[in-house]
Amino acid sequence: MVGIVGYGAYVPRMRVKVAEIARVWGKDGGRIGEGLGINEKAVASFDEDSCTFAVEASRTAVKCAGINPQEIGALFVGSESKPYAVKPTATMVAEALGATPNLTAADLEFACKAGTAGVQACMGMVSSGMIKYGLAVGSDTAQGRPNDALEYSAGGGGAALLIGKEKTIAEIDATYSFTTDTPDFWRRQHAEFPRHAGRFTAEPAYFKHVLSAAKGLFERTGTEPKDYDYAVFHQPNGKFPLRAAKTLGFEEKKIKQGLITPFIGNTYSAAAMIGLSSVLDVAKPGQKILVVSYGSGAGSDAFKLTVTNEIEKTGRRPCVPVLKAIEDKTYIDYSAYIKHRRKIKSL
Amino acid sequence: MKNATPLIWRNSADRYNLLGSHCATCGTDYFPERVVCPKCRRKGKIEPKQMPPEGKIYSFTQVHAAPTGFEHETPYYIAIIELANGVKVLTQLVDSPDEKIKIGATARMCFRRVFEEGDEGIIAYGFKFKVV
Ligand SMILES: [Zn+2]
Repeated sequence: MVGIVGYGAYVPRMRVKVAEIARVWGKDGGRIGEGLGINEKAVASFDEDSCTFAVEASRTAVKCAGINPQEIGALFVGSESKPYAVKPTATMVAEALGATPNLTAADLEFACKAGTAGVQACMGMVSSGMIKYGLAVGSDTAQGRPNDALEYSAGGGGAALLIGKEKTIAEIDATYSFTTDTPDFWRRQHAEFPRHAGRFTAEPAYFKHVLSAAKGLFERTGTEPKDYDYAVFHQPNGKFPLRAAKTLGFEEKKIKQGLITPFIGNTYSAAAMIGLSSVLDVAKPGQKILVVSYGSGAGSDAFKLTVTNEIEKTGRRPCVPVLKAIEDKTYIDYSAYIKHRRKIKSL
Repeated sequence: MKNATPLIWRNSADRYNLLGSHCATCGTDYFPERVVCPKCRRKGKIEPKQMPPEGKIYSFTQVHAAPTGFEHETPYYIAIIELANGVKVLTQLVDSPDEKIKIGATARMCFRRVFEEGDEGIIAYGFKFKVV
């Protein structure tokens, strides 16, 4: 059965604290951090972008899979912060992996869920026998306009899932998507920062889609929350996924392992996939995992996974687990942050 | 730098993956790649080979006055890394706290932006190293 053969996550080293951003704008950092459930966010360095994150995460995924990169038949990079408006990130990642030239590649965009859309495309191509392995990447260096609510949460990171049929560490038993036309968050061509419909978007946007996708998957698979050992939800902040879990009837302990946003901010296309990576770091054979992504605009992809015995074999997990990797960090102040994120106009 | 696109294109494979050369006759590795083995000359058999992604700091220095295009990254470190196969590579060191940057420290290849042709030109990506 089709499933995950290898996975990798990458989070940049620098952190800026929510309290430091609040200090600059004369706001109450403690209250904002508490409200968002975020303490600090990961910041891409001057020489990093969604492409470099994608390469780092993909190299880890391919290494853990132990495959020849020439066997990758499709590569999709999901991002809303592409280094080029026109020129695929996917080709650069493919070249850096040594996967060129016998493959198809494309960049996908669906706000925060383009990475999981890539997983579904790979599942279809692998299942049909069109390709042997497909690599789906979610990667973003999210930007928030200075003094906008998003500035406190928009972090950066990447994650990659190698999809195939042989030696899977987790089988993907089912997937279901829920999609509507919802204008909750957008960025027009040539606009530097995204705009959003404000805090009133929670119910008709995030919760409606995440909960509908999860329930749709439960119905189609005849499962319920108690059948799952872990659940990972898209995490634009530290609070929404907790509320989604509670509404569905998941105990908090089932989502703790995959809730990374409080420590690194919202990593957009990478968020649910980094959360899943953290769960795969510890999950035992036979355990079941629910993953629900969310992308503004809007839609959610839900997946039911079952961990296999392969996961316990040497080298199938990355050397450093996600929760350990993110401890290796350096704090910067707001001025270093805007320098590295190129928000100073003359730079 | 005016129109560096052809140069960036030509060098992308070795810069992305530390792709160098190996002489099958004498067994020597080279980076960057070579067309002729200087030891074996005409008897040499040169083939492409990926260099090991890990090595030790052989020498390093901190750059305060950077060349054009790197002014905003100062101060930064550049180092010569002696790879596991003995080949030496000149590279920028990133994500490495000052106290970890020492001769003999283990460093691993990572993937970064190297330079870009202004706001509208090509972005050159490639290897840099970080102390682990
Ligand atoms: Zn030779």
